[in-house]
Amino acid sequence: MARESLDRAFHHIQDEVLLLGSLVEQATLDAATALRTRDKELARRVSKSDHIINEKRFAIENAVLILMATQQPMAHDLRRLAAVLEVITELERMGDYAKGNAKVALRLADDESIDIPGREFSQMADLGVGMLHRALSAFIAEDEQAARSIPAEDNLVDEIYNRVYHEIVHAMIAAPSKIDHANLLMWIAHNLERFADRVTNICERTIFIATGELFELDSADDEEDEEDDDQD
Amino acid sequence: MTDHSSTTPHAPAIETHDMSIFYGAFRAVKDVNLAIEPRKITAIIGPSGCGKSTVLRSFNRMNDFIPSFHFEGEILFHGANIYAPTVDPVQVRQKIGMVFQKPNPFPKSIYENVAWGARINGYKGNMDDLVESCLQQAALWDEVKDSLKKSGLSLSGGQQQRLCIARALAVTPEIILMDEPCSALDPIATLKIEELMHELSSQYTIIIVTHNMQQAARASDFTAFFTMDTDRAGLMVEYGPTNQIFITPKDKRTEDYITGRFG
Repeated sequence: MARESLDRAFHHIQDEVLLLGSLVEQATLDAATALRTRDKELARRVSKSDHIINEKRFAIENAVLILMATQQPMAHDLRRLAAVLEVITELERMGDYAKGNAKVALRLADDESIDIPGREFSQMADLGVGMLHRALSAFIAEDEQAARSIPAEDNLVDEIYNRVYHEIVHAMIAAPSKIDHANLLMWIAHNLERFADRVTNICERTIFIATGELFELDSADDEEDEEDDDQD
Repeated sequence: MTDHSSTTPHAPAIETHDMSIFYGAFRAVKDVNLAIEPRKITAIIGPSGCGKSTVLRSFNRMNDFIPSFHFEGEILFHGANIYAPTVDPVQVRQKIGMVFQKPNPFPKSIYENVAWGARINGYKGNMDDLVESCLQQAALWDEVKDSLKKSGLSLSGGQQQRLCIARALAVTPEIILMDEPCSALDPIATLKIEELMHELSSQYTIIIVTHNMQQAARASDFTAFFTMDTDRAGLMVEYGPTNQIFITPKDKRTEDYITGRFG
């Protein structure tokens, strides 16, 4: 092996990506819990911790750029470093969703008249985090098969999203004076739905490392959109 | 025979058919089928001993000077085999010029270095214009226009190499072969030669042998990767657009070499 320093540095970057992933996973689950239990302290902690995610993302980006500049990686080495840049951007955005959700939790915690679909939000967060966890394992292992299969799990998240969406719309119609708050809940549902979409993007990068092919994996909702388009 | 029609939609500048090169009984290169894109830069890369310089020198019959050299297959230039018995190697070298690893200007003036080849070819035009035009094309004119009478050897290494390129251009070649043209140059002079290659590739076909993978990646349009087979004969493993070779090589041997995990 002539590239020991490159490999050593890359393994360190992989560890950091996993650490960043676990921070995002925890923040996502905590924000959902804070919504469900109206726990303002937990919500505050999630919101305040987002900067740790952002800083780690920049630290990893910096480490990747240094490796690119100093080691001139090629082929598989280049693909996996480029993929890290993309994946950490996705993770950072997912962290932003958690922060946004936590802020809403803070705003709504004291308003008992608002019915927060906390159980559904937690379900969506659990499903999304499970997908993310396996997507990151596949990313590190460069497991193309796993990366191709994970996005389909998005179906379950979409099902809950559709249910919650209709519930919130009904709540808006029933109590127009609370439309501001209902809109915030809609925003959370959307964030959790997008979270799962971003897992699909991470899976695409795993396939890129393994095959060199760059393309968009159709997640379940994309396929439905296409069917809708066809019907139109 | 390997089909390169996907990368060469039009007639190649030069192409080899089942080319094997021997030094005595030793087969140095075997079964190379390579079609070079016209007016593009093609880099030949590979580990030491893989035959890349041997292949390059075959393109203008420079190997003829080695007594034990023996060639099989054919190299087609404008559809004709340059190794056919009726072909004059001097005429081949006029159309297919070469720039060497170490700058080798003649111990004559800058002007004479450029004018020499053209004069031998019986050039009838205005020699001053030709010298200026070749030095311009070699991106050297501005640096030497006031000192054309000075010795070519008084220039810096990078300038000498550009003078050698100007000298090659003066006999109006179609193809310029470059054998590690930057290995004796500092990084800035190297980048200047690479920029120059890029400029020249609008008019000339350039084939460059380089040990420097970053140079191949930076400066070429197409890359051919050669390696040594178990019988120590050089062979071409993979050939394609440089971007593809350096981002998604198809062959494991190419991948191992360009990621530095060879052997």
